[in-house]
Amino acid sequence: MDELRTRARELLESGKVQLVIGYEQGSGGKTRPAFVENPEKTDSLIFDSRCIQNLAVYVTKSEVRKKGRPAIVASVPVLRSLIQLASENQINDDTLVIIGITPGLELIEFKTLKEVGSFLEQYSLELDARDKEMICKLDGMEPALRWKLWMETLEPCFKCYACRAACPLCYCTRCTVECNQPQWLPVASHLLGNLEWHIMRAMHMAGRCTDCGSCANACPVGIPLTLLTRKIMLDANLNFGQTGPSLTSGNIMSVFRPEDRDNFIK
Amino acid sequence: MAEFEPKIVAFVCNWCTYAGADLTGTSRIKYASNVRIIRFPCTGRIDYMLLLKAFGEGADGIIVSGCHPNDCHYTSGNFHARRRWIVFRSLIDFLGIDIRRITFSWVSAAEGAKWAGLVNSTVSVIRDLGPYDDYKKIANFIEKEVSHG
Repeated sequence: MDELRTRARELLESGKVQLVIGYEQGSGGKTRPAFVENPEKTDSLIFDSRCIQNLAVYVTKSEVRKKGRPAIVASVPVLRSLIQLASENQINDDTLVIIGITPGLELIEFKTLKEVGSFLEQYSLELDARDKEMICKLDGMEPALRWKLWMETLEPCFKCYACRAACPLCYCTRCTVECNQPQWLPVASHLLGNLEWHIMRAMHMAGRCTDCGSCANACPVGIPLTLLTRKIMLDANLNFGQTGPSLTSGNIMSVFRPEDRDNFIK
Repeated sequence: MAEFEPKIVAFVCNWCTYAGADLTGTSRIKYASNVRIIRFPCTGRIDYMLLLKAFGEGADGIIVSGCHPNDCHYTSGNFHARRRWIVFRSLIDFLGIDIRRITFSWVSAAEGAKWAGLVNSTVSVIRDLGPYDDYKKIANFIEKEVSHG
């Protein structure tokens, strides 16, 4: 912890960064994101197992970018998101400083995003076993029953878009859900719009989701959003051999192979 | 009660399937009239959201068709589309949407007879499946709400 605070203070004092994005103590025993601009205030920074919110969501925000160059406290899930953002040309080595934190809560320094990429190679992206089991269970069900279950699951959604706000990869400044000429998504809180929204969100995450789980954590009505993204991840792995975010391989939806699966096309 | 007539929406690419369907007509081949054809520049342009909109507006079945692989007018539009369909088809199946109601096909500009056969077989599949009540049920809710306001 002290190491983290010292590092943050150093970075701010040397002028290498103008802002440190980290975590601080919040209310109700929870942690919350902290934006530290004053080197004197770095003592509020903490990092422990409660710090699960993905901070990478802030690095693309114009409000944050306006403040100057940020340093970001990044655990493994955040690092994965940063790699994905870099592969989509949203960030580069000059735009931010990464204060890496290993799963053993050790501080680790990265000079370039490439170094982050090779560091992540040792932490392969494994799907949550419970979700994997649930996906298998759903896959084995009668489609009609699956439909019924999903309709019950999506029913409480009122499209607050907290899942979108929490996701580091939902950074478009103009989103289809706000497009009303034509109205792509019905705004009322009912099943048709809910279903369309969740399909659209999952499709836009195809091959990009780094499985940090922030969307599901942010959902106020507890919709198991990661089931959809993880289903796509399994498919992406099965059909296109994708394993996780990478700086070089390209997005599965923007590349293709002539020998891609064709057996469902008449 | 009158026999159920399926409503089929066909999303086709301009360069192959649309021309193929045109050939079906000029060849005087008769086929089921249940299909409404929507012409797109390329299969790559066929957004998956449009397929959902078709179901939401009351379609019972959907045909998506374009150029055979390597025949795309824009070189790779159909390859990209195919990848998207692989993911999309699996995802909506996972959500319980009836994927038997969406037929994917490659129909070239020379395959007028194939187009007629494709429409006929799709219509007969959908006729057996019946109207897509599950989806209509969630879509009709909108109509009720709109009529209130």
